[in-house]
Amino acid sequence: MQSMTLDPAPSAAGTPAEGAAAQRENSLSRQSQPVPRAAPSAPERTLGEPRVRNALITSRAVSVHYGAKQALFEIDLDIGRHEVLALIGPSGCGKSTFLRCLNRMNDTIDGCRVSGEIRIEGQEVHAPELDVVQLRARVGMVFQKPNPFPKSIYDNVAYGPRIHGLVRRKPETDELVERSLTRAGLFEEVKDRLKAPGTSLSGGQQQRLCIARAIAVQPEVILMDEPCSALDPIATAKVEQLIDDLRKNYTIAIVTHSMQQAARVSQRTAYFHLGRLVEVGPTSQMFRNPEHQLTVDYITGRFG
Amino acid sequence: MSIGPFSPARLAPPAEARVTSPHRSSAARARVRRRQRHERLFRACGAAAISLGLVFVVALFFSILSRGYTAFQQTQLKLDLDFSPAALGLSSGAASADQLGGADYAAVIRQALAREFPEVTERRERRELSALVSSGAPHQLRELALVDPSLIGSQRSLWLTADDEVDLFVKGSFDRTTPEAQRRIKDRQIAWIDRLESLGRVRKSFNSAFFSAGDSREPELAGLGAALMGSVYTLLLTLLMSFPLGVGAALYLEEFAPRSRWLDLIEVAINNLAAVPSIVFGLLGLALFINFFDLPRSSALVASLVLTLMTLPVIIIASRAALRSVPPSIRQAALGMGASRRQTVQHHVLPLALPGMLTGAIVGMARALGETAPLLMIGMVAFLVEVPRGFTEPATLLPVQIYLWADSPERAFAERTAAAILVLLAFLMLMNSLAVVLRQRFERRW
Repeated sequence: MQSMTLDPAPSAAGTPAEGAAAQRENSLSRQSQPVPRAAPSAPERTLGEPRVRNALITSRAVSVHYGAKQALFEIDLDIGRHEVLALIGPSGCGKSTFLRCLNRMNDTIDGCRVSGEIRIEGQEVHAPELDVVQLRARVGMVFQKPNPFPKSIYDNVAYGPRIHGLVRRKPETDELVERSLTRAGLFEEVKDRLKAPGTSLSGGQQQRLCIARAIAVQPEVILMDEPCSALDPIATAKVEQLIDDLRKNYTIAIVTHSMQQAARVSQRTAYFHLGRLVEVGPTSQMFRNPEHQLTVDYITGRFG
Repeated sequence: MSIGPFSPARLAPPAEARVTSPHRSSAARARVRRRQRHERLFRACGAAAISLGLVFVVALFFSILSRGYTAFQQTQLKLDLDFSPAALGLSSGAASADQLGGADYAAVIRQALAREFPEVTERRERRELSALVSSGAPHQLRELALVDPSLIGSQRSLWLTADDEVDLFVKGSFDRTTPEAQRRIKDRQIAWIDRLESLGRVRKSFNSAFFSAGDSREPELAGLGAALMGSVYTLLLTLLMSFPLGVGAALYLEEFAPRSRWLDLIEVAINNLAAVPSIVFGLLGLALFINFFDLPRSSALVASLVLTLMTLPVIIIASRAALRSVPPSIRQAALGMGASRRQTVQHHVLPLALPGMLTGAIVGMARALGETAPLLMIGMVAFLVEVPRGFTEPATLLPVQIYLWADSPERAFAERTAAAILVLLAFLMLMNSLAVVLRQRFERRW
């Protein structure tokens, strides 16, 4: 924990209960032995500032059911322009589900129902007149596991622009492929083997290829679902650097399990717990001075 | 005090570390030995199963090969034939095609044999003598004369197909010490054959008629041509109908249909259809295609319709399995790019599933190729001399031909049955290797 770039909460570590526990179990690590006590419950209202002025995406009272099970409860959350919003929380808390609502990827899951209102530039994404394919072109997605198509590197990047009719001729396509790969920081590494299959790249390169593939469609928003969870620290650092660069042109929402990553790449952070949005705020404030006990516990690594 | 990840307190062994382990006692060693013994036994059972299977396969192949390979050769006799118009029973002068067709070619053969064996004079002996040559030989000569009318009036030495009993004798499938009463070929005939052999007038040549001719009551004239062409037509049509239908159904069920009670019902129905005895499909074909739609009986068209019904469930099940084996991450990637459902399936899922689908289809085709029972119901058990030339002409199929020959009393049909089985097996192996080649050609890694 001392090695963290951003020390989470010195005030939290200094509570009396914490000190007593540390003395009692001084030969064991703190993470593996949580202090037994009554678990704090999620608040009725989200703490912090879920809304921002001039937001690109607004969501109001978004609930998601998988069959009979409710996965998300009345989420209000905005994403501002050119910001990186980090969604954090323990496994199964609904952060990926929320992310997948934004480009309606939940439509592909049987038995999944989404209620509430999600608007992108004021346009309701569930409106019947909105074409879901069009929406997904505007809201791109990068998945947890790198999933390039079993095609060449070139075709992986060119596929999106081709099906959306963004390019007509070969030189145009060549240029867009090069631009996208360059922006994803991959072009120098693969320029000699654009015809090689995308699956022949290393894990980190594959993920950057997937990012290049997503930005080739020229979306307004990029959703990233734990993009670095399958990558080693060096590849992770490259992708994080890339996310920071992409912020100039895109709006990004990223789900991550790494607190350090959230702290490094995001401007705002939202903490989810058991399907509820507990707290939202500027990242620095969320990590230095969280309001809710659940956020404190998660950020200090007491569970999750 | 510091309790970070590298503090001395962390690196030191815990105070209450176990000294004795349950994995080091003698009981533990016994457990290990027992587990290893079970492991070996399990593996040996598998190896025994596969060796038993191999033994059966080898025995089957050996038995069929040893019985059938002789049918690929046919004994022929060389006779000096005189095609003078007098011998043919024609009025002299230029003969019309009509006359050539009706001429007495059997007489030409009889006279040639009489010249070869002048000592044979008695009526019964002469009949036995002409029996050395196949009863189809006059037809062969007529065909020859119709193609080449200059034959008339000439004298030629020609190789004629021998009778099936002579054929068997020359190939040595029974020996001459058997009492005469127990064989169809007489001592006299054996003497004649020996004499012809010493004159170099007996030979065994490749039996091309076996692959081109239609069926015949005479084993030496019977061929697989009609059955081979019938099988080719039927399988071609079956593949053309069942593959697109099966893949389409699988695609809809797997990729587009919303989960519902109806879908479950359809799934159960398909699985059950795959297990329905094939003769039931034959009955359905008889009632539907022949009696109701009035399609030509015993044609390749009806056979392929019935076999399509039969193989469809197999292809649908195989295709759905192939679609399901495409990783969902590929679908998500495509959908996340903003590809439509149709684009996702057409550009990504289908190409990846195609090798599996093709394999399934060819397995289904192989099953259809070997199917006999439903074909009996739609009148494919036909004695067919003509090789079919279209989808609606009467046709027969390889397994049906094998069934018919296996039922025939003539001894020479036994080797032909075995040979036909060999041809069927070769056909099957060809299709299976095609499946392997297609699989390797189209298979892609992800």
